[in-house]
Amino acid sequence: MITLQHMLTLSAVLFSLSVAGIFLNRKNVILLLMCIELMLLAVNFSFVSFSRFLGDLDGQVFVFFVLTVAAAESAIGLAILVVLFRERKSINVEDLDTLKG
Amino acid sequence: MFVQILFYAFSAVLIAAALGVILSRNPVHSALALVLAFFTSAALWLLIEVEFLAIVLVLVYVGAVMVLFLFVVMMLDINVEGLRSGFTRYAWLGALTALVVIVQMVSVYWVKGLGIDATQGAPPLPADYSNTRALGEVLYTQYVYPFELAAMLLLVAIVAAIALTMRRRPGLKAQDVAKQVAVRREDRVRIVKDVDAGGTGPGAGGGTGEGGAR
Repeated sequence: MITLQHMLTLSAVLFSLSVAGIFLNRKNVILLLMCIELMLLAVNFSFVSFSRFLGDLDGQVFVFFVLTVAAAESAIGLAILVVLFRERKSINVEDLDTLKG
Repeated sequence: MFVQILFYAFSAVLIAAALGVILSRNPVHSALALVLAFFTSAALWLLIEVEFLAIVLVLVYVGAVMVLFLFVVMMLDINVEGLRSGFTRYAWLGALTALVVIVQMVSVYWVKGLGIDATQGAPPLPADYSNTRALGEVLYTQYVYPFELAAMLLLVAIVAAIALTMRRRPGLKAQDVAKQVAVRREDRVRIVKDVDAGGTGPGAGGGTGEGGAR
């Protein structure tokens, strides 16, 4: 029998792995975007399991909207990435220092 | 018991896929590991009977977003080695943060209990229950305005992505439809009088064939 604790622990492990991924791949913008997707997946996990185990459908509706927003976010993020690569010939975060004060 | 074995198997695959995303050397391998992670999550969601979102996850994420990721990763000519330098420099900090995050999140519901019995299984659903139908009934009544807003958001995202990545190359020979439509007769046609005034017959001006539209 799967319990709420199982699902929430899995979600926490997934979230912390993606946090560690942001620390490890801090130079690569594509990997940063992928780690954000993984984080959103972990949060969706929590939403879905709370919704299912507490018998409230609103959590699943919220996951639906999170999926929509995440799709829009990754589309625009990748578009910015493509423009960035065209301008700089690099996607290293350390090269993006035009705005330094 | 069988469901529990399946849960642990899928969880192991999911965590391995997440490790593959954050640790692999090649961004293409990372993207493929992320596809595996999404598939495994969809399987886990099916296991707790959240069917509609599981299918949506596969269709939207694996079918659209990850293909976009793979396109971009393969289109850009990335120097992977330069991006990998100093990979383990802050690894201890990342591991520490991950550990703190997981301890905090797990302790919240293991120690405090949330007032919910988290050790119980999911409430059983009736045999003719349809997750898609139930979700649709809520989505098209109570959440219809947020739903329309989500559609607008996607439209804005499409326009933004196209506007960002479109570029005009100099010297490109392309049709300008607006100019073509806006052209007037006076710009293209010039009426000239027939200069051969002496002729009386109908074929007298036949030699000046270019007297028409020019």
